[in-house]
Order: sequence, then structure tokens, then C-alpha cells
Amino acid sequence: MNEHLLSLTIWIPIIGALLVTIAPKSATKGLSVLASLGAMIASILVAARFTPNAPPNSPVPGFQLIEKYTWIPISTGNIEYFLGVDGISVTMVLLTGILSFLCILASWGFEHWHTNKGIKGYFALFLLLEAGMMGVFESLDFFLFYVFWEMMLLPMYFLIGIWGGPRREYAAIKFFLYTLAGSVFMLVVMLAMYFTVDIDPATPGRQGTFNLVTLSNLGPAIFKGFWWKMAFLGLYVGFAIKVPVFPFHTWLPDAHVEAPTPISVILAGVLLKMGTYGLLRISYPLLPEAALWFAPFMMAFGTWNIIYGSLCAMAQIRGVPRVNSQTGEKFIERDLKKMIAYSSVAHMGFCLLGLAACNPAGLSGCLFQMWNHGIITSMLFLLVGVVYDRAHHRNIDGFGGLWTQMPQYGALTALAFMASLGLPGLSGFVSEFLSFAGGFQAGSEFRFEILPDRYIESATWFKVLTSISIGGVVLGAGYFLWSYQKVFQGPLNPKYATLSDMNPLEMVTVWPLAIIAVILGVYPSFYLNIIMPSINALAVHMQMPWVTGMVK
Amino acid sequence: MDLHTFVSALQEQGSHAAEAAAPAFSPLMVWMVPLLPVFGFLFQTFIGRKLPKPVVSFVSCGVIFASCVLSWVFFFSVKSAGQPIVAMLGPWVQVPGLKDGLLSVIAEHKLVVDQLTCVMILVITNIGFLIHVYSISYMAEEKRYARYFSYLNLFTGFMLILVMASNVLLMFVGWEGVGLCSYLLIGFWFEKKENASAGMKAFVVNRVGDLAFTIGALTLFVYLGRTFGVWTIDFQAMKEVITAHKDAIPMGLSTFVCIMLFIGATGKSAQVPLYVWLPDAMAGPTPVSALIHAATMVTAGVYMIARLNFLFVLSPTALAVVTGVGAFTAIFAGSIGIAQNDIKKVLAYSTVSQLGFMFMGVGVGAFAAGVFHLFTHAFFKACLFLGSGSVIHGMGGEQDITKMGGLKSKMPYTYWTFLLASLALSGVPPLAGFFSKDEILWQAWSTTQFSTTGLGMWYGKIIWLIGATAAATTAFYMTRLVIKTFLDRPKWATASAFSGAGLPGGKDDESELPQDESMLDLGAIKKKPKNPSSPSNRPAPLPGPMKGDEPASADLPEDESMLDFGKIARKKAQPPPAPAPVPAASHGHDEHDHDHGHAHDLPQDESMLDLGRVRPFAAAHDAHDSHDAPAAHDSGHGHSDDSGHGHGGGHGHGEPHESPAFMLFALIVLAAGSAAVGFLGWPPALGGTNVFEHWLAPVVEAHEAKAAGHETHAKAEHEPASEEHHSNPMEYVLMLVSIGAAAGGIFFGWIVYGKRMGVPAKDFTEKHKELYELVRDKYRIDELYEAAVINPLLDLNEGTCRFDNEVVDGAVNGAARVGIIVAKGTGLVDNEVVDAAVNGAAVATQMVARKVRRAQTGNIKQYLTFALVGGLFVIAAFCLWLTRTNLWSTFTETFGGNR
Repeated sequence: MNEHLLSLTIWIPIIGALLVTIAPKSATKGLSVLASLGAMIASILVAARFTPNAPPNSPVPGFQLIEKYTWIPISTGNIEYFLGVDGISVTMVLLTGILSFLCILASWGFEHWHTNKGIKGYFALFLLLEAGMMGVFESLDFFLFYVFWEMMLLPMYFLIGIWGGPRREYAAIKFFLYTLAGSVFMLVVMLAMYFTVDIDPATPGRQGTFNLVTLSNLGPAIFKGFWWKMAFLGLYVGFAIKVPVFPFHTWLPDAHVEAPTPISVILAGVLLKMGTYGLLRISYPLLPEAALWFAPFMMAFGTWNIIYGSLCAMAQIRGVPRVNSQTGEKFIERDLKKMIAYSSVAHMGFCLLGLAACNPAGLSGCLFQMWNHGIITSMLFLLVGVVYDRAHHRNIDGFGGLWTQMPQYGALTALAFMASLGLPGLSGFVSEFLSFAGGFQAGSEFRFEILPDRYIESATWFKVLTSISIGGVVLGAGYFLWSYQKVFQGPLNPKYATLSDMNPLEMVTVWPLAIIAVILGVYPSFYLNIIMPSINALAVHMQMPWVTGMVK
Repeated sequence: MDLHTFVSALQEQGSHAAEAAAPAFSPLMVWMVPLLPVFGFLFQTFIGRKLPKPVVSFVSCGVIFASCVLSWVFFFSVKSAGQPIVAMLGPWVQVPGLKDGLLSVIAEHKLVVDQLTCVMILVITNIGFLIHVYSISYMAEEKRYARYFSYLNLFTGFMLILVMASNVLLMFVGWEGVGLCSYLLIGFWFEKKENASAGMKAFVVNRVGDLAFTIGALTLFVYLGRTFGVWTIDFQAMKEVITAHKDAIPMGLSTFVCIMLFIGATGKSAQVPLYVWLPDAMAGPTPVSALIHAATMVTAGVYMIARLNFLFVLSPTALAVVTGVGAFTAIFAGSIGIAQNDIKKVLAYSTVSQLGFMFMGVGVGAFAAGVFHLFTHAFFKACLFLGSGSVIHGMGGEQDITKMGGLKSKMPYTYWTFLLASLALSGVPPLAGFFSKDEILWQAWSTTQFSTTGLGMWYGKIIWLIGATAAATTAFYMTRLVIKTFLDRPKWATASAFSGAGLPGGKDDESELPQDESMLDLGAIKKKPKNPSSPSNRPAPLPGPMKGDEPASADLPEDESMLDFGKIARKKAQPPPAPAPVPAASHGHDEHDHDHGHAHDLPQDESMLDLGRVRPFAAAHDAHDSHDAPAAHDSGHGHSDDSGHGHGGGHGHGEPHESPAFMLFALIVLAAGSAAVGFLGWPPALGGTNVFEHWLAPVVEAHEAKAAGHETHAKAEHEPASEEHHSNPMEYVLMLVSIGAAAGGIFFGWIVYGKRMGVPAKDFTEKHKELYELVRDKYRIDELYEAAVINPLLDLNEGTCRFDNEVVDGAVNGAARVGIIVAKGTGLVDNEVVDAAVNGAAVATQMVARKVRRAQTGNIKQYLTFALVGGLFVIAAFCLWLTRTNLWSTFTETFGGNR
């Protein structure tokens, strides 16, 4: 049982999905809740079983709850069903479990969406998606990782494309093609690695492997030189699309705006994390040399994401003139959900910032920010869903004074906004602070060679960019408070004088997230203690010149 | 003392200090000081809504009182032991890998109560308690009563965390937390858009400061860690490191860090250039202005610099900046204060100006003097704000001092307390403000620390001159304020709704508004107490007095002028039907409006309409302009129509009246404080011992000697034997100048506004209209910011988003379109070329075959078989080659080594 805990998190949703397709319609929602509840319990058990300081007798150093079987035997190196978690992935598994369950609950009002599309398909696909997400976070075999990565894609495509808003098909295809294009690079790099390594040079005949643990042990010594930098770039593009990093981010606002609320939550809460997770799990440990080469650019992208995303988010409040591509009709766009989507772009920028710093503070800031963004942005999307369900629009200018009418909703939204703009005492602050601290610590006398014979000093580069990034916090306060003022304050819009406050189901979906945000803000050690050994190990493994200097 | 077991190596220095503290308090007990108010917040948030108001008030005031008692306990403990109390709960933020690759804690849940903190917590809890008590009456009519108290409690909790925190990060929690509460309380009546905007402005402007603060703190943190191997943000540990290596720290770094931190302080403490939020913050309820925007939160910047004095003394340049900005702010804001007519705005600018004084004090290295001014200012400014609240309450929401006057007899307690606090603020000896201000001026004059900065000896003198001028300005505008509010001929009587009420024979035209009402009310107070049981029979002299506060009703366009509101009001005659979602602010005048729909009366008296009727609504309570008015008149969204509330008691008929006991209690205590606390800083020059400075010595003394060439005035006092300052006649001269400045300002103010009834002022403003308007419009700094920062930012936003939609996304869509075109093209090629070629080939083959057949006799099947085998062979050979030579490793071998 213990050894199969990770499998359970994957297979419970899959079995649930199968049952949903077979069982009568009336049982759909019940079964889905059960399946996702089961998966959530399994993921909580995973986290509970996980001991941050791994026992030395673990078969795979650093990883726990290992499951390893040969899946496809190949003479030049098998493909394995290889699952395991370390401090980096265990929290993501937990996040996936919690958010999926809450989203299934948030889908309880499915009938009221009036999409006239099959309920069975929706829930079955949702569960399939959950399995895919769990698989991505738990796979330690590159090929398996890739399979789960692609497996996630299809349900998401249908969930947006069938149950989404008016431009759902456009958004779904965009999402699908974009992600698929990214994963092509991943496939190429994966095969390149497989065909390059030889896990046992002593014996004649090359034995490749997809085993990520082995690859990360062998990789740094082998994967060197120009082509591996290109390989890093390829992986980066694949992951950057998911994060999303400018300029690959434009699928995100569209997908968010069109997706139904629970799907937006999953998209922002879990899917975006896969990009940064991929960098942490694959690019960084396997290609540290290229990571060093790319770090200054990565930080620039992070900073750019923060500022650019914030500016775009703020633009939504005053309104952006747009043209409907089909009808040619001009309109002013002021979409609350789009604002939050762009704020996601900005918040994921903090992850990149910490990631680029490559030191323990930065990496833990990145990972914690991934978690916090998952919790807080999910709250935001759920809360937008609440008002959308009632008013059937999301025009920021179309509300006004809602706090008067919906006091609990107003208060919870205020909390979520404050958490999102990084108010100290709430969890987002800690992760942003860690990212900033990482950015400031990173860099030293070490100089990056940007172009041949063109150097920049890493310390200056990191500090300047981090300082600019901190400016994103000001912009964040600007757009969150401004939109709050527009929607919740001011005189009550008489049109909405009869809106009801949040119902118990909505409360149930939002409150747990709010509580997590507060608890981890006051006592982040709950989280940091879990991730730290793995983060430290990663930082040491990467041997960044400024990190090694610091540790010494 | 088990708490020491938690203390990590970093806190060694801190802990040995704690060991000496005689009474050992459990950490939890110390934590109770900030946590009790936080519990109050939770209580009010989750339970308070459903409880009756007295319970809410009792709990809220109770938790603050408990904190207050604890604060006194800790004060006496620190006093007797002379050592700080350290309360460690556990780690908070851990940054891995800073020390030897191991986990290390950089921020802990740890509070320290030292001498400086003692001063702050006593101010916060004592004044906070009084303001809570005051609020019971002031907010009595508020619908969201529990919410108000929950915010106030939360604020107190965060403020206590701010001043008790042992490290920068925890202080930052309090720092931002009070900003949050300030945001919530400024926008407490958020139905009015202006209020909500003012809250937002406060928060965002503060965030700009916080940006600099964060950069400064992180730079310092990383510098200390990298250079000295001490990764810490703990104040005590930082102090140890910095004082130990003060000569090794480059001036450039310390200047950069200090200026960054100071920019953070300019945000929180409303200094140039980030002061713009504070005057707008007056949108909040008046007790909030007193607590947050005068006594406590806005002083956080001064506190922070005093706390980090060991750092600031390293950089005379940074201190020169602090001093210069403080002095400039003092005179700049003071000058704006002269031309303001809103009673709260005058006090707001005065606060900005006084905060400038505090920065002058800490800037010249006289940290104790700066904190002392913070301390005295908390008393008299809180008293002034609460007094203004009392006036506003008594005037039924009027805030415009040009419509006041003559309130001395109506509100004697308010008047006397206000006067006393004004004199204290003006620097009249022996009231509190004199001692603190004089100390700062003396320190500015005598400092020599700027001699190394290139500014030379004269810098301090210039600062002194600016400070003395600002002090005279203060005395002038406070005199103006007092005269216009309390002593001038009553303008409310003639101009307002109850016109003529106060003036003998002042009945005006016969309107539906029973003209006797106003008179009647006036008289009622003196002659017969109003009968509370029949409020509905009372006429509505002051239309919608308080109600105004609640904005609520949505239907009116925001920017209507007041006059327009008046018109609207006139049109709407019927009493408001709907129950109010929002509570009336505080006074219970509602019943008047409702029952009588004063709107009837309005049309009759145009002048009244413009000046009196409308304006009072508009200015309802603390809140400002016009919006309330519609709430009051129109549709009644905003009002609670239950006539049951409303104090109905002996006041509240639109006639100025004295405030209830809770409010007076707070006023009197604070006025007493304003008079008395100055004695704590009785300077040695006058035979005192300056108790206050001695008290703070352990916190700020380390630097005193260090500040390059700093005059040892303060230090000398620590050794009573040394009498050197007594021998300095300059100190007496300057003291006389200070007194002269105050007296001159008051005298001049009296001449202008008292003796000559404001005529010179009027002449002046007419003569120098542009100058006057510039000052009245606050030098149009808000407009400048809007044009220079906000609008460009908004345009940048839009530009960015359009770029995103049109260029970035356009590229994506363009790529898709290209894909489609290519696909169509290849489809075409496939059909028309490839397939045609295939078909053509077939045709050609047939034709050829027909011809070849004649020449060839062989078996076609055999030929085909040969062809197939041949083709397969080629493919097989190619595959073989592929597997032999790994393309990828070819690449890597070729390019691998030569990175």
C-alpha cells in the first residue's frame, strides 16, 4: 500500500473517469467527488509520509515513495514506470490533489452553466486531467513525464473547447497548438539525451536511459557545449510556454477568459506550475552548465514578465480598445478575469526571478511562489466565478459597491487581493521576499559572457533586475486596489441590489484556500521545512559560481 | 528562562541582555500586547456583527485596555531592570543555505521591548485606548459599528507589532499591516468613491516607499552577509555587526541604504515627495485620523530611523538628506496649512509639517529629540483631531471653518481642550510642544555632523532657520484655526439651515421650515432639554446632518457639485423610503430628515441652500464633499430610517452642541497630556534633567559619540556632572527665539484674524490672488503627479496591452494564418502538382510502356520485383548507416568541447 501511494494518486482519478463514463448520469457528480476526494486523500498521505530529510537507505537518493517497473523494454535502455517524490514535487502533488477536489466541488453547479453539453464528458475529462497532472509531478522517467505531459493536454483542450465561453474554440486551439509546439522541443531533447548517455560505459554497447535521477547524475559531465545550450533553450521554450513567459504568454489570457471557472482554477493553479516545475526537475539538474549561461536572460525574462504582466493587468481596468476579429466590431475590453490572468503572468515572473538566482533562497522562493500562486490565484478565479455566476458578466466597470450587498464576498475578495499583492502576514509575501532575497544574494564577482568578450557582472545584473522587479509589487497594489474599488466600493450599482452573498458551497471552495494563505503567511516553515533539503541539494548540485562561493 | 533555548547564535547578544532583565515574562505574555487587539479583530469580524453595540465597544476597548496594562507592566520592568525584554516564539522565515549551506533562520517571531519600544507602546495603547473610547460615541450611529472596531483593533495590533518587532521583516509586517488598516479605515465609508480612492492612494503611495525600503533593507542584508558573514536582519545583531565594523563599511553603501530606507519613511510618514496621501486620508472617520494619521502610524518612519540610528549615523550625507527633507516638509506643509479651510485638512498639513520636525530631529542626530517630539505630538495632535471631531460632530458634519465661529460658548470643553492643544502645538512654554520643538531646533543649530558632508557648518544653521520659521507658521495657522472655529462671529447661525438661530432676531423669511425651529433648538439646549422621546416632532433644522456620511446611494453622478445636489434635493421631496444599507455615520439626526423630508424647506431659502443646507450635508462628518448629500435626500438608500436610533438626546438638532461624555473624557485626558508631558523633556539648560533623553539613552547612545564631531549636548546630559551646555548662552538665546517665534505667530494670527477680523488676510489674497490660489490648491502637487506619473502610467498600461494584443498576439495569430496559407498552398500543390504528376506519370508510363512493350519481351513482374528489391536495399543501407553513426553524437563531438 505504502509503496503504491503515488500510483493511487494517478489511478484513482483514471478509474473514476472510467466509472463516470459507464455509470448513469445521475451518479456522475457523486463519483467524481469521490474520485477526486480519494486522490486528494492519497496526495495528503503522500505529503504526510514524506520525510524531508530522506532516510539514507532510500533506493533512490533524495526521492521517496519510489515505484519502479519496466514499462517498455528496449535493448538500448528501457522505458520505466518510475514514480517518486522529493521535496520539490511533493508539494505540487499536494496542491494538485487539493485544487482538483475543490474544483470538482466548484463544478457542482454544472447544470447552471447551461452549456447543454454532456456532464459525463466534463467530469470524466476533468478526472483524466487530474491524473495527468499528478503523473507529471511524480514521474522520474523522462519518457513517462512526456507521456503524462501530453496526456494532460487533450482533456484541457476539450474542457476549454467544449465547455468554455464564446470564443472557446479559438482559445482551445491556441492553447493546444502552443503547448504542443513546446513539447516538440522537449521530445527532441529527450531523445538526444537518451541517445547520448551511456549509463554503463564499462560494458560494450551503449545503454541509454530516460531515468531522470540517473540523467541528473551523469548529465552535468556530459551535456556540455553549444548544442546542449541549444537543448536547454529548446526545453526552456517548451516550459516557458507553459509558465508562461513573455513572449509565449498570449494563449493564457484567452484560455482563462474562455474557460469555465474550475478549469481556469486548474489552469492557473496547477498547469502553469508545470513549466517552472519542468525547469526545476529537468533543465536545471540535467543541464546546469547551460543554466548558468542562461541565468541572466532568465532573470531578465522574469523581470519583464512581472512588469509587463502588471502593466497589462492594470490596462484592463481602464479598458483596452479592441476589435472583434470576426465581426470587425470595436469594443472596450475591461475583463476582470483577464486582469487576473495577466496578474498570473506577473506572479509567475517572481518564480522565474527566484529560479534565475539559482541559490537556495531564490529556488525556495520560486517553489513557494508556485505554491502560493496556486493557492491565491485559484481563490481569485473562484471569486470571479462567484460574481460571474450571478451577474453573467465580468466587466470591471459594470459593478460598483458590491461590498455593500455581499459583505462576505467583499471581505474574502479583499483577503485574496491582499494576499495576491503580497501583503506581509499572508503567504504570498514570504515567497516574494524569498525570491527577492535570492535575487539580491545571487551574483558575485562572477561575470557572464553575454557575447564573446562582452561581460556583465552578475551581482549588478541580478540586483538591478531584482530591484526593478520589486517595483512590480507597487503595480500589483495599483491594479488590485483599483479594481477592488471599481467592483466593490463606491455606490452600489442598483442593478445588483439583489445579488445574494456567497452560498455555502462557494464558501467551502474558497475558505480552505484562504486559511492556507493565512497560516503559511504566519508560519511558512510548514512549507519551507518540507522543501528545503531538496532545494539545498539542487543548489549544491548545480554548482553555480555564486552559490558555491557562498556555501564555502 | 526557557526562551533562551530558542535563541539562535545570531541572537546571542540579544539574549544576554534579556538574562539581566529581572522579571522573566513568558514570551506569550509579551506577545499578548499585540495579539490581544488581533483577537479583538477576530472577535469583531466573526462574532461582533451579531452582537449589540455595547458588547462590541466593551470588547474592543477591553482588549486595548488589557494591552495598555501590559505595556505599563513592561515599562516598569524595563525601567527597573534597565534591560530589554525579549520574547521569542519561534522561527518565521528561514532562508536556506546562507550559512555553511545549512538552514538558517533570518526572521523570527520575536519581540523586543526596550526603552524606545516602551515609549511607542505606551503611546499606542494609551492614546489608542482613549480613541477607542471616543469612538464609542463618535461612531454610535454607525451601521458597521463592529467592523469599524475590528479595523481599529487590527490596526492597533499591527502598530504594536511594528514597534515591538525585533527584526526588519517582522517590522515590515506591522508596517504594511498598518497600511492595510489605514486603507480600510480611510475607505471606511467606501460607498463614496472619493473615500475609496483616498484609501487606495494611501496604500499605493506607501507602496512606492516600501519599494525603496525593501531595496534598502535587502542591500544591507546581503552586504552584511557577504562581507562579514553575518546573515541577519535582527536589529540587535545588525547593531552589533555595524558598530563593530563601522569603519569598514563604505560610505557609499551606507548612504545608499539609508536613503532607501528613508524613502520608505517618507511614504509612511508623509514627507515630501510622498506626503500627498495624508491630506486625502482625512476621508476616514475623525478618530481614525487622530489615531492613525496623527499619533501613531505616520510616526513609524521616525521610529524606524530612530531604531536604526546605528546605521544612519554612519552616513552624514544620508542624515543631511533626512534633515533637509524634514525641514523642507515642515515649512512646505505648514504654508499649505495656512490657506486651508477644512478643519481636518489644516490639521493634516500640520501633521505633515510636524513630522518634518521629527525628521529634522533625527536627521541632525538627535534621535531622542525626534522621538520626544513624536511623543508630545501624539498627545496634542490626537487631542486636536479629536477636538475637530467633536466640532464636526457638534456642527452636524460641517468641516469648513469659514462656516464655523463662535463655538466657544457652545462647546466649552472642546474649546478649552482644543485651545490648550493648539498652544502646545504652537510651542508655547511650558506646554509639551515647546520642549520638544525647542530641543530639535537647538540640536539643529548646534550640530556639527554635517561638516564632513561638504555642506559645511552652515547647514545646521539654515535648517534651524527653516525650522524656526516653520514653528512660527505653525503658531500662525493654529491661531487662525482656533479663531475661525471658536472665537469668530458665528457664521453657522446666519448661513446655515438654522439661519438666524444664533443671532438675536435672526429669523429669516417665513418658510415652511418653521423658523422657530432653529431658534427653538438653540434655546432648547439652554432652556429646556430636548425631549428625546419625540424626536419626530422636531423640525429638521439642519437637513440630513450626519447622515451625510453615508454615501450609499448610487444613482447620483459623482462629480456633481454641491449646488447640484442641492437642486436635486429640492426636487425630491418625499422622505426616503428605503432602509439604509449603510449606517449613518454617527449622529442620530436621521429622524429629522426622514420625518420631515426637509427637502420641503429647501427651496425657500436659496442662500441657505447654497451655504448652509447643502454644505452641511455635504461635509457631513468627516467626510467630505458632496456625495453624502444625495444620500441624505434622495431616495434614502443611504439612510437608516429607523428613527429609533439617533441619539435623540439633548443634542443633535443641527445646532452646535457639546459632545457626549465619552468624547469629552478622551479630550480632557489628552489635553492634560499635552500640557504635562513636556516636562519629561525639561532641558538641563533650565535646570531639568531631560528624563526622556536619559530614558532613550541605551537605545541611541552608542552613536552619540560616533556622529562625527557631533556636539555632545545630549551626551553631556547623561553625566549630570557636566555642565557645559549651561555655559552655552546660545541655547538660551535660541530658546528665546523659539518662544518668540511661537508668540510672534500667535500674535500675528491674532492681529489678522482676531483683531482685524480677517480683513488683512482678505486683502492679501486679493492682492496676490495667484499666490493665494497656488497655496490653497496645495501647490497643485496632486495635479503635477497626475500629469507626470499617473497619466503616463495609464497610457503605458494601455500601450503595453495593445502591444500585447496587436503585436505579440498578432504574431501568434499571424503565424497561424501563415500556417493556414501554407497548408492551403501545399494542398493545392498536392492536388494540382504532386497528384497530377503521379497521374501524369501513370499516363506517361502507359504511353512509354506501350512503346517499350514492343521492344521488350521480358516479364514485367520480374522487372517490378527487381525494382522493389533494389529500393529496399537502398533504404536498408541508409538505415544501417544511420544507426552506425549517431547523428547527435556527431554533433556533440564536433561542437562539444569548444564552448
